[in-house]
Amino acid sequence: MNTWLSPEEWTAVGISLKVAFTAMAASLLPGIAIAVALERGRFWGRAALDVLVHLPLVLPPVVVGYLLLLGFGKKGPIGSFLAENLGVVFSFRWTGAALACAIMGFPLLVRAIRLSLASVDRKLEDAAGTLGANPAWVFLVVTLPLIVPGILAGMVLSFAKAMGEFGATITFVSNIPGETQTLPTAIYTFIQIPGGEGGAMRLTIVSILISIGALSASEWMARRVRRRLSTR
Amino acid sequence: MSLDVDVRHQQGGFTLQAKFQSDGRLTALFGRSGAGKSTLINVIGGLIHPVRGRIVVNGRILFDSTQRISIPRHRRRIGCVFQEGRLFPHLNVRQNLLFGRWFTPIARRVTRLDDVVSLLGIEQLLGRRPVTLSGGEKQRVAIGRALLADPELLLMDEPLASLDDERKAEIYPYIERLRDDGHVPIVFVTHSVAEIARLATSIVVLTDGQVTASGPAADILRNSSLFSQFGPAEAGAVIDAHVLAQDDEFSLTVLQAKSGTLTVPRLARTIGASLRLRLRARDVMVSLEKPQALSALNVLPGHIVALETSGASVDVTIDCAGDLVVARLTRKSVHDLGLRPGLAVHAIIKGVAFEGDAAAVPPASSP
Repeated sequence: MNTWLSPEEWTAVGISLKVAFTAMAASLLPGIAIAVALERGRFWGRAALDVLVHLPLVLPPVVVGYLLLLGFGKKGPIGSFLAENLGVVFSFRWTGAALACAIMGFPLLVRAIRLSLASVDRKLEDAAGTLGANPAWVFLVVTLPLIVPGILAGMVLSFAKAMGEFGATITFVSNIPGETQTLPTAIYTFIQIPGGEGGAMRLTIVSILISIGALSASEWMARRVRRRLSTR
Repeated sequence: MSLDVDVRHQQGGFTLQAKFQSDGRLTALFGRSGAGKSTLINVIGGLIHPVRGRIVVNGRILFDSTQRISIPRHRRRIGCVFQEGRLFPHLNVRQNLLFGRWFTPIARRVTRLDDVVSLLGIEQLLGRRPVTLSGGEKQRVAIGRALLADPELLLMDEPLASLDDERKAEIYPYIERLRDDGHVPIVFVTHSVAEIARLATSIVVLTDGQVTASGPAADILRNSSLFSQFGPAEAGAVIDAHVLAQDDEFSLTVLQAKSGTLTVPRLARTIGASLRLRLRARDVMVSLEKPQALSALNVLPGHIVALETSGASVDVTIDCAGDLVVARLTRKSVHDLGLRPGLAVHAIIKGVAFEGDAAAVPPASSP
């Protein structure tokens, strides 16, 4: 199968998958926490947090990428702090691409989880409380299992967004083959060079296949969970 | 068991101001819908925080606004059975039943799964999911789930309201068994007179957020004015009796009450089984002499203890050898017969008056 895609193309596919899975996994727990805070919390600054979470949805991706460059770049305040103290470098690394993708997909993840949280029957949580479960346990053994469909949907959206992210990624970490070149930026590169149409087409097909695969996998999981959870 | 409640709660335009004590095995919270029954149950269970007041169960203070005590619901050890069951849809019946057990300290785990399962007759359901259960099955599982958390008090908020009569009849015996086992005191919310007549040992009557009466079931049921809101048919008295004989030829059952025998349409009970009868005041007549040549099957001698006039009718309370029977008569009849407290009379009850929900049948196990 190596004959179908060139090694460089395989590398781009691999980086894209790595970036997308990392972005999805890293944003999962913060996504659940923020969804719970926004849906259930009553605290000062809730509206501001809501706006902040949704900003990547409405800002031009290039702007998000540029802000990341300012903040997480080698000379940026957060970037230099992380590089010196934890040895974590984002700029012009695949980890930077994952960070950009995670932030761009975050509002989609949070929205999906919030929607399913809103549909959870609070009376079930009350019932669990009267059976002796404290609020943390109630969340873990009642609320969380009931919002699994929403979490799955949010994960797929986050993954799909990461697979397709272009503007923020190329602005923040550029388009370095073997390090930060993902499927979309690789396709972009192929289109720029004469005779690159073949490569662009092959990567486009790969993109479509991965997307269809992710969607069907999540549909399959969601159906299984829904069957388990069906209430009445 | 003792339950001591004195709370005040404001919710929108509704004020709940409830003060009552009970040491009954099954205390019925009785009132019309909107009277505040569910609010009061939620306050006791810790699901609603009252504005102020005090709740003490078995000497344990669960809430006291002056001492700033408010034990959170998960530490109250009060089991709840809700109207809609509220089973966890992601768990099967066995997991639902054992849910509370995870959170009960090992030393306090007294109730055994097998006992509860056989008490409630749910052996066949253990592996099933709540979505596949009928309404009656769901409620039995919900009762079992609450019991297995080893609560100190069991609250039941109209657990049968969403069920049809057949399903209700399926659950009553289980609740009666719970009541008569006496392990866990029960507070039972209902707006059905038939249910309290059948189940309650104590009654608290709520009207518009206020407690208008509370006490032993027999005393409260006799006081017909409390039930006036439910129409004249509902007032009456409760008589404890046991089965003396079965008459197969006429399909009748003879019961022995304190004051004499009663003959009622056949009840499917074994001889010696005890049960409780509700007599509606409108089904009772009064005669000065022992009647002859009368179609009514039941005549209980006694004497009048009280007369209570309301409008054109008078409720006459008759002490029949310790059982109090209430007869609702017109004021004219009372006048014509010259009824007064102390007068010896006969209470006459038609046998068919016991048909339907008027005849209540507690379990054969209780003596």
